[in-house]
Amino acid sequence: MTFTLPAGARRVAAVVLRHVYLFRASWPRLVDLMYWPTVQLAMWGFLQTYLSHRTGAAVTAGGVFVGAVLLWDILFRAQLGFSISFLEELYARNLGHLLASPLRPGEFILALMLMSLIRVTIGLLPVTFIAMWYFGFNIYALGLWLVAFFCNLVLTSWAFGLFVCGLLLRYGLGAENIAWSLTFALLPLACVYYPLAALPEWLQWISSALAPTHVFEGMRALLGAHQPRPDLMLKALALNAVYMTIGVASFYYWLGDARRRGTLIGMGE
Amino acid sequence: MSSTAPFRQQSAPLLAVSELHKSYGPIEAVAGVSFRVAQGEIVGLLGSNGAGKTTTLAMILGLVAPTTGRIEILGHNVALKRHMVAPFINFESPYVDIPLRITVRQNLTVYAMLYGAADIEQRIAELAAVLDLENLLDRPTGRLSAGQKTRVSLAKALINEPRLLLLDEPTASLDPDTADWVRGALERYCAEHGAGILLASHNMSEVERLCTRVLIMRAGRIAAEGTPAGLIARLGRHNMEEVFLDIVRGRRPDHARALP
Repeated sequence: MTFTLPAGARRVAAVVLRHVYLFRASWPRLVDLMYWPTVQLAMWGFLQTYLSHRTGAAVTAGGVFVGAVLLWDILFRAQLGFSISFLEELYARNLGHLLASPLRPGEFILALMLMSLIRVTIGLLPVTFIAMWYFGFNIYALGLWLVAFFCNLVLTSWAFGLFVCGLLLRYGLGAENIAWSLTFALLPLACVYYPLAALPEWLQWISSALAPTHVFEGMRALLGAHQPRPDLMLKALALNAVYMTIGVASFYYWLGDARRRGTLIGMGE
Repeated sequence: MSSTAPFRQQSAPLLAVSELHKSYGPIEAVAGVSFRVAQGEIVGLLGSNGAGKTTTLAMILGLVAPTTGRIEILGHNVALKRHMVAPFINFESPYVDIPLRITVRQNLTVYAMLYGAADIEQRIAELAAVLDLENLLDRPTGRLSAGQKTRVSLAKALINEPRLLLLDEPTASLDPDTADWVRGALERYCAEHGAGILLASHNMSEVERLCTRVLIMRAGRIAAEGTPAGLIARLGRHNMEEVFLDIVRGRRPDHARALP
């Protein structure tokens, strides 16, 4: 007896398979996925070690710096994984082939989400083991809280990824730099390495509207004070629901707009 | 795939285009085009650069949204049921590429999965035999010559045994020998599968050989329509190249419309 995937799942698998083939054809792509997370971990890990010796344990309690690095990389790499997988289709001038095929836009989005998870796993899994081995920080000890942090960060990254892909559909490769840099706008505002209270009061309002802020606050509460904060996870989830709605709506709007403007064929040139 | 095509009505043509318009602001790229493609027909879509051929093909594929008009494939309105008919059509165009960094076999596998081909390995083997790709299957697509890439694009276009095939300059980068051989393959495919082909081409000898009917576009409109022999006779010319020049230069458009 043979197992046959439903047609929709088969089309999603086809897009994922294409990107897996790309990885298999190019080992530098794989190395590139692991390179920056490792460099980031080394830099913040050594800084944490230095500060804990100089200032005592308060600032770095529970390995918050290394934890922040790993969670930030989930957010950043997942968004990049989503957007880069889309960009690969533009670089290859393959978008017309995909969108004229039976592949539905929703299936395409699902494939990009899966590619984002695959890229995060390849890039970060080895780094979590390095963090455990060299800096004594076991992120897996967070247990189900890690799942909550991960899900919230990945949802934010997908929402940003969808928005970026929408911009790419509207402006083509002219918007490529936004794909690489948009998430960095969150870095100072999402309180990755410092608490929300460290920001000026007027900026705290903006920061509180960002889902990742609540994830990083939750991580600090858990690692530093051993206080789980489900309320923060729920706030993040609610904000992510809004972000995903905006992300999906922008993607579909700009896809329709590209069809109206006739820019899909030949996109990537 | 071809035997299970979901015709809404058995009498429906493969493709029916009615009063199709596409405007970009004040520019009217396609201005009220209507035509049909029946089973077993190869219809040539001719016209000078910018006449509206590629926009028309892109609208049929769903890549460009028409401003107004209706497109039916297998009797289904494409605006509403594109995903129902998409498995039964395919295309080849110079405006898109087959991804270059992966092998020919990997590319064809991906497209076969996208289009829902039944036995992927067997289908790839069949196409490789027909299009002389057997020795190229495991080579990265980017390392092939232009002619070899065109044959890979044709293999992609045939991967799902489409009922309706849209081809934009399919032999443009091929040497005369290979181009002739591809034309033969397309004729056989059309005859054996009862498929319809809409062929945009600037090669008039190709059009004369392949097409049962031609549509000549000028400034977004169909300026002439008929069989190649009928158009040549009607305009008192020797070949399709002379007919084409007459029509696109606006010398004798009124005599040419709606010929048998």
